Amino acid sequence: MAQTKTAVAQTRLDAELARRLLTQMALIRRFEEKAAEMYALGKIGGFLHLYIGQEAVAVGATSTVRLDDYAVSSYREHGHCLAKGSDPRRIMAELFGRIDGLSKGKGGSMHLFDKSVNFLGGHGIVGAHLPLAAGAAFAIKYQGGDQVVLCYFGDGAVPEGEFHESMNLAALWKLPVIFICENNRYAMGTAIHRALAQTDIWRFAETYGIPGEAVDGMDVLAVRDVVARAVERARRDKTPALIEARTYRFRGHSMRDPAGSVYRTKEEVEREKLRDPIALFSDRCLKEGVLTEADIRNIEKAVNDLADEAVAFAEASPEPPPGELFTDVYKD
Amino acid sequence: MAVMTYREALNLALREEMRRDPRVFVMGEEVGLYDGAYKVTQGLLKEFGDKRIIDTPICESGFTGVGVGSAMLGLRPVVEMMTFNFSILALDQIVNSAAKMCYMSGGQYNIPLVIRGPGGPASQLAAQHSQSMETYFYHVPGLKVVRPSTPADAKGLLKSAIRDDNPVIFIEAETLYAVKGEVPEDPDFLIPLGKAVIRREGTDVTVVAYMGMMYRALEVAEELARDGISVEIVDPRTLRPMDTETIIGSVRKTHRAVVLEAGAGFAGMGSEIAAQITETAFDDLDAPVLRVTGENAPMPYAKNLELLKTPSKAKIAAAIRQVCSA
Amino acid sequence: MITKVFMPKLSDAMETGKVIKWLKKEGDAVKGGDLLVEVETDKANVEIEAFGAGILRKIVVGEGGTVPVGEMIGVIADPTEDISSMAAAKPATSAPAAGAPAPAAKPAPASAAAPAAASGPLPAMESYQSVPATTAVVPLAPAAAAAPAPAFAASAPVGGRVKASPLARKIAGQTGVDLRLIQGTGPGGRIIRRDVEAAQATPRPAAVPAGAPRPTAVPAQPQFVIPPRPEAEFEDVAMSPMRAAIAKRMPMSKAPVPHFYVTSEVAMDEAWALREQLNSLDGQPKISVTDMVIKAVSLALIKNPGINAQLNGQVIRVYHRAHIGIAVALDQGLITPVLRDCDAKPLARIAVESRDLADRARGGKLRAQEMSGATFSISNLGMYDVEEFSAIINPPEGAILAVGSVLQKPVAEDGELRVGRRMKMTISCDHRVMDGAMGARFLQDVKRLLEEPLRLLV
Repeated sequence: MAQTKTAVAQTRLDAELARRLLTQMALIRRFEEKAAEMYALGKIGGFLHLYIGQEAVAVGATSTVRLDDYAVSSYREHGHCLAKGSDPRRIMAELFGRIDGLSKGKGGSMHLFDKSVNFLGGHGIVGAHLPLAAGAAFAIKYQGGDQVVLCYFGDGAVPEGEFHESMNLAALWKLPVIFICENNRYAMGTAIHRALAQTDIWRFAETYGIPGEAVDGMDVLAVRDVVARAVERARRDKTPALIEARTYRFRGHSMRDPAGSVYRTKEEVEREKLRDPIALFSDRCLKEGVLTEADIRNIEKAVNDLADEAVAFAEASPEPPPGELFTDVYKD
Repeated sequence: MAVMTYREALNLALREEMRRDPRVFVMGEEVGLYDGAYKVTQGLLKEFGDKRIIDTPICESGFTGVGVGSAMLGLRPVVEMMTFNFSILALDQIVNSAAKMCYMSGGQYNIPLVIRGPGGPASQLAAQHSQSMETYFYHVPGLKVVRPSTPADAKGLLKSAIRDDNPVIFIEAETLYAVKGEVPEDPDFLIPLGKAVIRREGTDVTVVAYMGMMYRALEVAEELARDGISVEIVDPRTLRPMDTETIIGSVRKTHRAVVLEAGAGFAGMGSEIAAQITETAFDDLDAPVLRVTGENAPMPYAKNLELLKTPSKAKIAAAIRQVCSA
Repeated sequence: MITKVFMPKLSDAMETGKVIKWLKKEGDAVKGGDLLVEVETDKANVEIEAFGAGILRKIVVGEGGTVPVGEMIGVIADPTEDISSMAAAKPATSAPAAGAPAPAAKPAPASAAAPAAASGPLPAMESYQSVPATTAVVPLAPAAAAAPAPAFAASAPVGGRVKASPLARKIAGQTGVDLRLIQGTGPGGRIIRRDVEAAQATPRPAAVPAGAPRPTAVPAQPQFVIPPRPEAEFEDVAMSPMRAAIAKRMPMSKAPVPHFYVTSEVAMDEAWALREQLNSLDGQPKISVTDMVIKAVSLALIKNPGINAQLNGQVIRVYHRAHIGIAVALDQGLITPVLRDCDAKPLARIAVESRDLADRARGGKLRAQEMSGATFSISNLGMYDVEEFSAIINPPEGAILAVGSVLQKPVAEDGELRVGRRMKMTISCDHRVMDGAMGARFLQDVKRLLEEPLRLLV
């Protein structure tokens, strides 16, 4: 299968697309920063895994699919959930553990689900959602639909057996699922060369006989191109794909590891921040004249207001009443 | 009323439910072309085709996860575990995905999944193939656990399990597949989950038993009747949710209870039942609740040792006599 | 080398097999691993390999023959070996050997067997079958219960079950207490240990002595009709806050504190006489029996500090002052104000202060420091003609003395009958802190002080 490392995007960039992509990335960035702030204030508890630096992958990929397509992710899923169209106020309320959260406060940061936009979660066990993604694709095929499933996971999931089992089943049964590996080079504190015998993750596609590509995950248009091709192929031929998006997280693994500096050098982090996907894209939009400085300022203000609104909504929402402990254990 | 084997009853249940609801499908190792390792799915591939009867590679975690994912989109999979000993490989998908999805999503995604297959001791299958696996599952909120003892149970309960909107762990027994029994022919014959049944009425002691132990208890009861001890046997059928009302009602009548289980006894089903009886019906007990359980050792291969591991009729009778003499 | 060919056991349940076709003739050469004979089992047709090399010298069971598992069906040997001792050829029979009939090869809905596959490699799992749990046909509904004729009697006693904990039953059995006469204070009226202990401490005349045979039916009474009673059978009275506080505090003492009781009868003649003398003096406060008891108790407490003690966590706090709580009955409940340093105060002082305390208690005018700090309490129900009673210890104290009336009674002295004044007192003790002998000694000292009352004045 051909490998393409797309450095130059082929999508035609117009103002409407530019505004949409930039707004979504900026919203994710602002939301995550706000969430970090709220965590430090004790409003959010438990584990919080931030998507800062990886926005181009979620936004680029999601921009190629329809509302009735599905997406599923791991516990670093706020960005994917926002990109799919979830209401940031309800996500923030869920992070705060309030009744107006997506899951009435019973899921939390790692378990965001939104049936209204076909976001299948939010899963806490590394690699465990890959078979779920294959299962959703199985159901689409079984029911005669043409939707696809986007399945996001990190480099840390690749050594898990379920990555291989899912790839094998998707390839064997021809399931319309796009496996998108966000390779940010570190699984918690373990660099990929210490975890994987094969560090070119896209090459696992060859093992299972499916299309595989690597792409610069900091370039939102490049991601969009690669995923669009895979989506079209999956819709038409029910062929799965493996896409390795090479990206970087600017913060630590989680709020318990805020800087992620034990296993990475500060120099490396600073260097990677020079390729901030939002800065890269806004620079390009300015250069190509599809957006002005004022447009960008407006977008920044708009997403800031949205993030503040999300916090206000979450604050105002009450805690779930005690009875909620016992609802939804079973569906009656 | 028909007479058929337990295996045939399961086969018929699958057929009827698949004819009734196109969302129901079967998935597992050797279920299609091979007609099933224990022939439970015999003939289904022929009737329903390979879109609905799916042979899987050996990847329990993977295909159970596929089942869960497809259930999130509204399908109703029946996943076969060749034996439930292999379900341990899929424990993460069962316990962390299937059992909790409805709760974690605040009710958005329920999982109408059935995982079925044989479990418990058979004959010289040794340590890794003889476990009573219900103990791993009935502890988990969000799962339902069923152990059908008779052919009628097998049909009525499997149909109910398939129609249930929650994940149901349905553990059959290899030693029961050839047992014959009366089974109603009505395609809408259902046995509700969570309802126990009195297998034998009696007045002197309540014996709670299911699967192979239930049959053994019936034999022991016949023998003890000659000594004037009247044994009542309650079969829970569903282990979770458990019909404690029927069990407690029986104990209030007989004032004595013995719980049987084939699996290793520490923290087994008997402990939960004994605790509930003691907490609820303390004043109705004339003796402590006794448990007769499998020994706390892995299942040995040697035939004589295997016989020692699971409660013998003599052990069961001794326990019943002991509570009756208190 | 002689190799016997046996009918193999191909599954756990297989008992007989039928020879379908010999794939070698008598006289053919056979190598180890060659397919030798096709056999029909309960599941399938199976081709059996030879386990030894040589010549197929003898076919013992011919085609169509059915034999039990383990029986010899053929012999492989070298051409010259003597095999005459081997079993002679059996005639081919189609009748089954003793045991289960050869099962049908086709599947039938009502049969237990799975269908036999076409002759080929043995299906791995499918042929495995353990012994089924039962061979009977399991009915849908359970068989009707046979009328039980129990050889051992049901344990329900006459009059129904007595609800009692196993521990209560054990203690009752050991001490001969009849459970049927006890009112249980446990959940749902269950008799528990403390009820049995309380019954032991205040023995009532038992209606049926322990160990007696169960009473036979009561003889028939003449018909008695109760006239109509229009008034309500009961009324619920709300608890006053004081009553509620008492209700909350008493179980804190009675449940966790293991009480024991010692009763003593005091000859009060001397004390009574002294009291009358003191009360006839001008300008002296009036002394009551209770005042004398307070003084006697205080002196006895200093002499028996083990009684002037209470459990404090892991240690026993022993007091060296006698601060006495004096129970005062009020309409709404009971209050026990504290009179401090009674061991150091003269009897007159105690009389004045105790009266003042009681008056202010009834008027609701006690000071905070008068409400707590007692090392011992006294409760006197003598004014109600009570002969004796036992009180519940006021937590956190270790003991309490219950005093009955001074009654005129016939008494025996030096072989002569005369009338004397007698008063019974019962001490309740926390057994974690003090023992029976200690309680008895203390009580003995109190009794002596009251019977030699001049000692209360010095």
